[in-house]
Amino acid sequence: MEKVGVYDELDNLKATELRLGLPGTEETVSCGKSNKRALPNNTEKEIESTGKTETASPPKAQIVGWPPVRSYRKNNIQTKKNESEGQGNYVKVSMDGAPYLRKIDLTMYKQYPELMKSLENMFKFSVGEYFEREGYKGSDFVPTYEDKDGDWMLVGDVPWEMFVSSCKRLRIMKGSEVKGLGCGV
Amino acid sequence: MTEEDSSAKMSEDVEQYLKLNPPCSSSSSSSAVAFANKSGTFKSSSPPCPEHVLENVLENVLQFLTSRCDRNAVSLVCKSWYRVEAQTRFEVFIGNCYSLSPARLTHRFKGLRSIVLKGKPRFADFNLMPPNWGAQFAPWVAATAKAYPWLEKVHLKRMFVTDDDLALLAESFPGFKELTLVCCEGFGTSGIAVIANKCRQLKVLDLVESEVTDDEVDWISCFPEGKSHLESLSFDCVESPINFNALEGLVVRSPFLKKLRTNRFVSLEELHRLMVRAPQLTSLGTGSFSPDNAPQGEQLPDYAAAFLACKSIVCLSGFREFRPEYLLAISPVCANLTSLNFSYANISPHMLMPIIRNCHNIRVFWALDSIRDEGLQAVAATCKELRELRIFPFDPREDSEGPVSGVGLQAISEGCRKLESILYFCQRMTNEAVTAMSENCPQLTVFRLCIMGRHRPDHVTGKPMDDGFGAIVKNCKKLTRLAVSGLLTDEAFSYIGEYGKLIRTLSVAFAGNSDKALRYVLEGCPKLQKLEIRDSPFGDAGLRSGMHRYCNMRFVWLSSCVLSLGGCRDVAQALPNVVVEVFGSDGDDDDDTVTGDYVETLYLYRSLDGPRKDAPKFVTIL
Repeated sequence: MEKVGVYDELDNLKATELRLGLPGTEETVSCGKSNKRALPNNTEKEIESTGKTETASPPKAQIVGWPPVRSYRKNNIQTKKNESEGQGNYVKVSMDGAPYLRKIDLTMYKQYPELMKSLENMFKFSVGEYFEREGYKGSDFVPTYEDKDGDWMLVGDVPWEMFVSSCKRLRIMKGSEVKGLGCGV
Repeated sequence: MTEEDSSAKMSEDVEQYLKLNPPCSSSSSSSAVAFANKSGTFKSSSPPCPEHVLENVLENVLQFLTSRCDRNAVSLVCKSWYRVEAQTRFEVFIGNCYSLSPARLTHRFKGLRSIVLKGKPRFADFNLMPPNWGAQFAPWVAATAKAYPWLEKVHLKRMFVTDDDLALLAESFPGFKELTLVCCEGFGTSGIAVIANKCRQLKVLDLVESEVTDDEVDWISCFPEGKSHLESLSFDCVESPINFNALEGLVVRSPFLKKLRTNRFVSLEELHRLMVRAPQLTSLGTGSFSPDNAPQGEQLPDYAAAFLACKSIVCLSGFREFRPEYLLAISPVCANLTSLNFSYANISPHMLMPIIRNCHNIRVFWALDSIRDEGLQAVAATCKELRELRIFPFDPREDSEGPVSGVGLQAISEGCRKLESILYFCQRMTNEAVTAMSENCPQLTVFRLCIMGRHRPDHVTGKPMDDGFGAIVKNCKKLTRLAVSGLLTDEAFSYIGEYGKLIRTLSVAFAGNSDKALRYVLEGCPKLQKLEIRDSPFGDAGLRSGMHRYCNMRFVWLSSCVLSLGGCRDVAQALPNVVVEVFGSDGDDDDDTVTGDYVETLYLYRSLDGPRKDAPKFVTIL
């Protein structure tokens, strides 16, 4: 989908305005790719469509499950690559009501929409729409995070890069607990 | 291997007969006749006294029989022997958890101490099976908890195990000694904590390649105080930090500890401390093998001295985040090593040389292809006792560089004549190298070659890889496991079917031209038990050609082939003792995945107790 002119007007506000609209409409800054080089756009290869939802991997043109190397081995090598590039940033994600935690690498995402989508997939919920002043509407679930200072903030309140560098862990809260977080701090 | 299989096969046939006519039950089912009794007639019941005497004698003799194939054979002699064997069997192996119900197990065997249970088929490891397919441990732990209070050992592979299951296990078996979970999932550190805490006789806790969720529980601290019986503790797959002081304390109070495999959250300094506390270790998983980032004011620990002190180490693994400058610290133990696993370490030939040249006694070597053909040549030059080699790809993609090739393979074949098992990932290969291996290594029982580029021919001649694999099956007369790859025509399969007399497991991907290939295999390979095929042009006709033998196989997996629902249904209807499952790769509950006639995945297996009742919605049992 091509960018439309209306987005140019918003460029000025980009630093502070965050939109959780449809993904894929902004130029991205690559922060910590997990592959050494870009894959050629080879028409014989199919798009990966695995059910695995540990992380929203950057789209790779690969066959599911081929070569037959357990993801366990692949993940370890990728972890190393990320860490050697100094970019890997794993944070724990918990959701109220879910029995256990998950971990994601924030550097695998380029902006909020990707992150939200991945979280939605991981925990099978829907996050609703984000409004700058009002927080999330349209869903019981609200994504929050704990920052370096130990404060619980609403995901989306600060620019992405600031979020990635300050986020210590994520928590998807449910319902009424969240009211107080609408304004951040 | 031949005897094992033939008696196992006979045993399974008659076992089925006996299942329909259980000796202990008073009613005899007329449907028993449906299944041919191949091993002859049974003794009719004789006067009780002599039989009881015979049974007592037999009990005393049978306790010396441990191999399951021998025991299967014994159980076929007559009903009386069957009964005594059942009473004296302490270990049971179940290769497919859905081949029978837990009730059947507890009904036949009354005194089990050890259970080995396998669940999902291997292709599940590669995301070819949707999550929540099954293989739950829950019904098994529930049944065995009641039936076998003296159970000591549970070994699970590819099962779905929950924390609740682990809790029930820990509570139900006061004498529990060994838990091994290989490629399992569904549980977390909270389940492990319960095991650590409640299994007071625990000797073995091995978590191998399993997915363990981080519940933020300090499970190491849950081992009780006082002397521990631990002999083996493996947690290298646990992807969460551990309480090191607690681990150190545990090691100190575990005088019998021989095997310790730490995870990547254990630094080199910490490893050093552990080694100093446990110089009796024989198998060590070194964790990260990289120092803490925290600056060390004092002198650096003498790592080589620690290795020197651990004279008994014969097996080394780990090196999860290794730093090359520390690698030579392991030198003191190299000469004694029988097993070395570098498969998580990006080791170059230059780093490998000084180490491997001292490893004269190595029998098992796993590494990444980062060691390149050069590294393999070094292995070939020194490791004359090598039995098992596994080379994994550092960059597991089809178009990556390919640092190992036929050169390395051929070198290994020339240097390591005792080789029995090989798993080799590469980008391209030649028939010549594969043929050389077939000629130089007659002891091969496992040959798994994965040419990562799909449909790749011999990169020198441009011909299919048929001749190479053909040579393997012709020359390696002991071959029981084969995985093929690269460009292969139906001809390759004709060789496999004809010459693969002992093959029990066959893996095929992106290979063959037509149903003929599948037919060759199913009409040949007399010992075939496990057949897993993906993305190959095999259809209903090929599937049908195996009808005569599916009852005698553990399983058949066919995914992304050209099967139709009708063809699969034909098999299901013709073979009531075989369960035929059909599903897609999505596993979306809402989808009616059996849309239209195309079958994405077929998984069939024999079962004594009919279709399972726990199949998720996305699985259709025909």
